[in-house]
Amino acid sequence: MNAPVTVYVPADAGALSLGADRVASAIVAGASARGQNVNLVRNGSRGLYWLEPLVEVVTPAGRVAYGPVNAGDVTALLEAGLLEGAPHALRRGDIESLDWLKSQQRLTGARLGIVNPADIDDYIAHGGYIGLSTALTLAPAAIVKMITDSGLRGRGGAAFPTGIKWQTVLDQPVAQKYIACNADEGDSGTFSDRMLMEGDPFALIEGMTIAARAVGANRGYIYLRVEYPHAARALAKALSAARARGYLGENIRESGFSFDISIRLGAGAYICGEETSMLESLEGRRGEVRVRPPLPAIKGLFGQPTVVNNVVTLATVPVVLAKGAQFYQDFGVGRSRGTIPLQLAGNVKRGGLVERAFGLTVNQLVYDYGGGSASGRPVRAVQIGGPLGAYLPESQFDTPLEYEALSARSALLGHGGVVVFDDSVDMAKMARYALEFCAVESCGKCTPCRIGSTRGVELVDRIVAGANGSRAADLALLDELCDTMFNGSLCGLGGMTPFPVRSALKHFRNDFMK
Amino acid sequence: MSEPDDKVRRVVAGAVQRHAGENGPLLEILHAVQNELGCVPGEAIAPLADALNLSRAEVHGVVSFYHHFRAAAPGRYVVQLCRAEACQSMNAQATETRARELLGVDMGSTTADGRVTLEAVYCLGNCACAPSIMVNGELHGRVTPERFAELAAEWGQRS
Ligand SMILES: Cc1cc2nc3c(=O)[nH]c(=O)nc-3n(C[C@H](O)[C@H](O)[C@H](O)COP(=O)(O)O)c2cc1C
Ligand code: SF4
Ligand code: FES
Repeated sequence: MNAPVTVYVPADAGALSLGADRVASAIVAGASARGQNVNLVRNGSRGLYWLEPLVEVVTPAGRVAYGPVNAGDVTALLEAGLLEGAPHALRRGDIESLDWLKSQQRLTGARLGIVNPADIDDYIAHGGYIGLSTALTLAPAAIVKMITDSGLRGRGGAAFPTGIKWQTVLDQPVAQKYIACNADEGDSGTFSDRMLMEGDPFALIEGMTIAARAVGANRGYIYLRVEYPHAARALAKALSAARARGYLGENIRESGFSFDISIRLGAGAYICGEETSMLESLEGRRGEVRVRPPLPAIKGLFGQPTVVNNVVTLATVPVVLAKGAQFYQDFGVGRSRGTIPLQLAGNVKRGGLVERAFGLTVNQLVYDYGGGSASGRPVRAVQIGGPLGAYLPESQFDTPLEYEALSARSALLGHGGVVVFDDSVDMAKMARYALEFCAVESCGKCTPCRIGSTRGVELVDRIVAGANGSRAADLALLDELCDTMFNGSLCGLGGMTPFPVRSALKHFRNDFMK
Repeated sequence: MSEPDDKVRRVVAGAVQRHAGENGPLLEILHAVQNELGCVPGEAIAPLADALNLSRAEVHGVVSFYHHFRAAAPGRYVVQLCRAEACQSMNAQATETRARELLGVDMGSTTADGRVTLEAVYCLGNCACAPSIMVNGELHGRVTPERFAELAAEWGQRS
């Protein structure tokens, strides 16, 4: 047999959902029938989901990509010379030379789709663990200062400055502290946490380890939603590899510092993404929101000071440590520093992960990257930031994707998910859905959310039905209800549901008046 | 004591033992029980409460809070259809309608032959390949009504 050819076929959940496993077996079987040895690597996804499953073959001239590849294409591809990188209708060449990827600024997701997520040496060969090595030479306060200086704000939704949070935990004079990674990623249209955990899990592990070192924690938990079984497997593998190589556990890299991480699975409750509810759930209880203060940074998991950070936030930490605060700070606009992994989804031709410095406009994302709607019909609206995010009409697609600009338009960036809708969307239905979602997922602790959401669904139904001439009064009532939910809810679930509802009413009022 | 109850007790005891020494292990234990039994049956509440020194009301409160835990065993195939916005934008509703027709059940129910349980979920993180469904933990993307019918045929449910 010839020397083995290295072939990459993603084991990312998205690629698997489109048949990547069948493609991988077909390539191995087909190649072996031709007397060719294949070294199959299951990488993560590069995030070009319209090309998944994306197969890459290593040739003397570099990696050559083909996609989207179905199992049924494999025989013809092999005949055409897939393993030599030969021409074929599905050949995309060097994927990194595609505008879609070349124009991105991948810092957090720099290794996505490139490395073997199960191989710690591959991670190290691609710049992994430089951040931790740096951190191990610094005093905790100096690490925290780097994070503060970088301008990094939490990517989970609230955009709170990470450095300030860490400083608070560092300042607590107690021995037992925790790092709790929020991997609940419940927002519709978001998948960057999942991609990172599946495609580059060591980045999260390294980020958590640096956080632990910075604040003096010795124990970490990843609170992972149960809907992500593939991520659970990828993380479990990476955690064992890190332990085996002395990057986790006792006396990490002979530094005298000890830290270990466990995975805890959620159980299908959106509210458990809210940080205090997540802590309740981690403690084995109902995920009911805690009244603050005290902040989790002072009294968090099991009553101890706890850093609660999102996956993307923590996976960004190694880059900051490795390249410096200034390097990171130099990306972005205004108070939105660094890069943001935007997740483009829904009714869009080219959906996927676009990591760029803050400030890209919705137009650029939806049309330049997305290529417009998948259905070919006009794009009518996007929802940004999950089920509690506002809907923007096309007239506002010039809005830059950064925290303050969106907030000025009564919208929010949330976890960076952008969902595209064509002109067949009924925005009254979407407003109703937002309220219904809030009712289904409410933790039940406060009245505006628990009762208000159900009342809101009834009101939207009445408005749309236009029954007994009460529409004007019902619209006013819905507006009042939104006020009550916004001002009177204990947490963001009830407090932010008015965003999708009000934006639908404001920009798409006719849909309620049919 | 009857056969099934013995099994429940054994599974609960095993799960409790495996997670002994962990802080706040109830969710972990419930996952272990559901993985083995397919559900968290009502008979599991009392032994769990006893083992963890909690009240039965507390354990019941936790089990019922989370959508994932179920009181009765599901069908051989658990089919979760995503109903969240990105999937809606790609007409997941049509797939859902087709699924109900084909299987003759509503969301949240199991077919009469005990083969398929249909459930709603709100985002599977596969939003760029919408509409998405998950079948026994296996994710499927771009599931049109036609594609759903093909999959359903694989589960032995012909249209
Ligand atoms: C209803 C609700 C749901 C949330 N869901 C998530 C989630 O799924 N993942 C996440 O990281 N943060 C979520 N958050 C934000 C968290 O409460 C918290 O701000 C975040 O985990 C802090 O991490 P960060 O500073 O790194 O963003 C949610 C907040 C609310 C109000
Ligand atoms: S707003 Fe809703 S989810 Fe949040 S605490 Fe109140 S009832 Fe619970
Ligand atoms: S909205 Fe259906 S997978 Fe995310």
